[in-house]
Amino acid sequence: MAQMNMIQALNAAMDITMTRDPSVVVLGEDVGYFGGVFRVTDGLQRKYGVHRVLDTPIAEGGIIAASIGMAVNGLRPVAEIQFADYIYPGYDQIVSELARLRYRSAGAFSAPVTIRTPCGGGIRGGQTHSQSPEALFAHVCGIKVVMPSNPYDAKGLLIASIEDDDPVLFLEPKRLYNGPFDGDPNKPAVPWSTHPKGEVPDGHYHVPLGKAEVIREGNALTIIAYGTMVHVAEAAARSLSLDAEIIDVRSIVPLDVETLCRSVAKTGRCVIAHEATRFSGFGAELTATIQERCFWQLEAPIQRVCGYDTPYPHAFEWEYFPGTQRVARALAAVMEAR
Amino acid sequence: MPHTSRLHVPRPPSRPGEAPDFGYVRLSPAGAVARPDVAASAADMESLSVDLIRVLDDEHRAQGPWNPRLDVAELQVGLRYMLLTRVYDDRMLKTQRQGKISFYMKSTGEEAVAVAGTMALRPTDMLFPSYRQQGAYLVRGSALVDLMCQLLSNTRDMCKGRQLPVMYHSVPGRVFSISGNLATQFPQSVGWAMAAAIKGSDDLASSWIGEGSSAEADFHHALLFASVYRAPVILNVVNNQWAISTFQGYAGGEQRSFAARGPGYGIPGLRVDGNDFLAVYAATAWAAERARRGAGSTLLELVTYRAAAHSSSDDPSRYRPRDDADRWPLGDPVERLKQHLIALGEWSEERHQALAAELDARVAAAWKEATTYGTQTDGPRLDPDLMFEDVFKELPQHLKEQRDDMHRGRG
Repeated sequence: MAQMNMIQALNAAMDITMTRDPSVVVLGEDVGYFGGVFRVTDGLQRKYGVHRVLDTPIAEGGIIAASIGMAVNGLRPVAEIQFADYIYPGYDQIVSELARLRYRSAGAFSAPVTIRTPCGGGIRGGQTHSQSPEALFAHVCGIKVVMPSNPYDAKGLLIASIEDDDPVLFLEPKRLYNGPFDGDPNKPAVPWSTHPKGEVPDGHYHVPLGKAEVIREGNALTIIAYGTMVHVAEAAARSLSLDAEIIDVRSIVPLDVETLCRSVAKTGRCVIAHEATRFSGFGAELTATIQERCFWQLEAPIQRVCGYDTPYPHAFEWEYFPGTQRVARALAAVMEAR
Repeated sequence: MPHTSRLHVPRPPSRPGEAPDFGYVRLSPAGAVARPDVAASAADMESLSVDLIRVLDDEHRAQGPWNPRLDVAELQVGLRYMLLTRVYDDRMLKTQRQGKISFYMKSTGEEAVAVAGTMALRPTDMLFPSYRQQGAYLVRGSALVDLMCQLLSNTRDMCKGRQLPVMYHSVPGRVFSISGNLATQFPQSVGWAMAAAIKGSDDLASSWIGEGSSAEADFHHALLFASVYRAPVILNVVNNQWAISTFQGYAGGEQRSFAARGPGYGIPGLRVDGNDFLAVYAATAWAAERARRGAGSTLLELVTYRAAAHSSSDDPSRYRPRDDADRWPLGDPVERLKQHLIALGEWSEERHQALAAELDARVAAAWKEATTYGTQTDGPRLDPDLMFEDVFKELPQHLKEQRDDMHRGRG
C-alpha cells in the first residue's frame, strides 16, 4: 500500500494498464510532454514514448473521433478532455458514434474508449471550468458514466474502465484531486494522507463498475451522493449528529439501484446531493427510481440538494456550491417530516 | 445612394425550367495534368487542386501520366462492378416504390467513385464510406443477399433491425459501419490510420464524404489530425454538386475547390474527374502509395454528379432542371469505361447487354432469396428481444427489466 492523492492514483491506473496491455494509448491536449494541466499523465510519455502518449490539437471532436477510429483498429485509447466544460465539441462523436457503434453494427464493431475529464467546482473556475455534466451523458444509451470520490476508488475504477469493453466517461472531481473537501472553503486544505481512502494498493485491482458503496452505515436516513458531495454529505450529517447511512454512487451508469433501494427501504428517508444543476439533473432520476421502488417505506418526501439552475458563477461560488449548510437543511427537513 | 446589401447569397446556376449550365465546372483536357512523385511536398503541387485529373479523352482513349495502365481484365472487372451497382440500385429503388423496404439511396452516376476507389486499394485497407458508396461493399465481396437483408431489416439483417436501409457494414470486407450522421466517419478513419501507423502495420484507411458535409467540423478535424500526424489515410470528398436541394456553393465551393482545402492543411489536394474510372483509380493508387511510404494523407475531390434523387424521399425536379444530369460535362462513368473498352477492341454493345441481363438476373435471384428471410410485411420477423442487446456488451439490469416489460405486451 502507498499513500496517494487522486492525481497519483489515476496516474498509477494508467501506468499499470499501459504496462500490462500494449494496446492502451493516452491522448489529449497537453497530456504528453507536459503531463497534463493537472499532472494526471505526468511521466507517461517519458516511460511509454510519443507513440503511446500523444499530445493533440485543441479539437475535442477530433480527439474523440480519432479515439473511436483507434479503438476500431485494436487500440484501447484513454482520451483526456482537459475540462468537462470543453467536452461539448466532442458531444456528437460521443452520443451518436461512440455510444452507439456496438448497437448499430450489431456487435460487428465496438470502441472501448475511456474518456477522462475533470469536473465540478470549488476551484474558482467560473462557468467554463466548474461544470458537472454527468446527466447529459447518463441520458445517452451505450456509454458508462463513472465518478470516483477518493484515490482508492479512482485507481480501481479507472483500471476497470480502461479494461471494460464498453465506452466509459470517467469524471474526475477536480476539487478532490489533492484532498477530501467537506464544502467549507475557509478550513485549511486537508491532504489525502489523512484519509483512509488515500491508502492505495500498489498493483492492479478493480473497483467494479455498476457498484455503489455504503461508506457509512446508519439507520436514521439515507444520503445518496457522488464525487465531491460525498464528503460534504458526511460533514453535514456529522454536524447534526445524525445516524445517516451514506452511499457513494460511484457508477452513474450502470446504476446500482439495489444498494440504493435497500438502504432507503431500511431508513425510510432520503436526501440526494449533487453539484450539478437541479432541473433534469441526475438527482431527478434517482428520486424517481427510489420513489417507484420504495414509496411505501418512505416516511418523508425525498429531498434534493443541487447546484442552482444558473451557470456556475465565478464571484458567487460559495453561495452557489451546495455546501454543508444546504445539505444539513435538507437533512433536517427530511428528519422533521412525519 | 441606394442601399444594397453586401451579403452574397449563393444561387445555383440553374433552377427548374431553366437551361442547365455547368460553366462553373473547371475542366482540363485528358492527360494534361502532371503526375508528381508520390513523396513530393504538398506545396509543390497546389495546381492539382485547381486542375482536373482526367485520363479518358473524348475519343475514349486513355491519355497522359495518370493512365494507370490496367489490364483489360481489370477494366472489365471494374465495369462489371459499376454495372452491378447500377442494376442493384435500380432494382432496390423499385422495391422501395413497391413498399417492400422503407427507404433507399441510389449512387447512379457516381459508381466509379466507390468501385475504382476500392479496387485501387489492398483488401487489408480499411474503408469508411458514407451512404453512397455501395460499390465498395460489392468490390469487397459482400453478398447481394446480405446487403438486401439489411435493406429489409429481416431475420438475416446484419444490423439486427437497428439501422435504416443502406447503413451496411462488413467485417471480413473491412468496411466500417455507416452511421447515418454525416461526416462523423471522416475523423474516425484518421484515428484508424493513426493506429495502423502506431502498430507499424502497412495498412491504410480510406474515407468518403459528400461535398455538402465537408461543411461539418468533423471534416476539418479529419484534415487537421491527418496533417499533424501524417496519418496513412485517403480522404475523399465526393463532389456530386448537390446536398439534397443545396448546391455545392453552400459548402463553400464557389470560392475554392474542395480539393484546395488540402493544401491549406499541408495535405496534397487532387481534383479528379470522378466519372473517369481510370482517373479515380490512378489518383487513389497515387495517394495509397504516398501513404504507405510514410508521406501522409491525401485529399481527393472526386468531381461527379448525383444523377438520381438524394434518396427515395427526395424529388430533385423541385430544385434543379430535369435534364441537368444529361448535360453534365463529365458524362456517365459506366458509359465512359464501356466506350473505352470498346475502343480497345475488348468489349461490345452486345457483350454489354448480355452482362446487364446477367447482372439483373443475379440481382433478381438474390432478392427472391432475401425475401424468404422476411420482409416488412411478410414472413419471419426478427426477435424484438434483439432491441435490448448490444447497447452494452453485457445486458444490464435495467434493460432486462425493460425487456420483461415488453414481454407483457406492446403498444
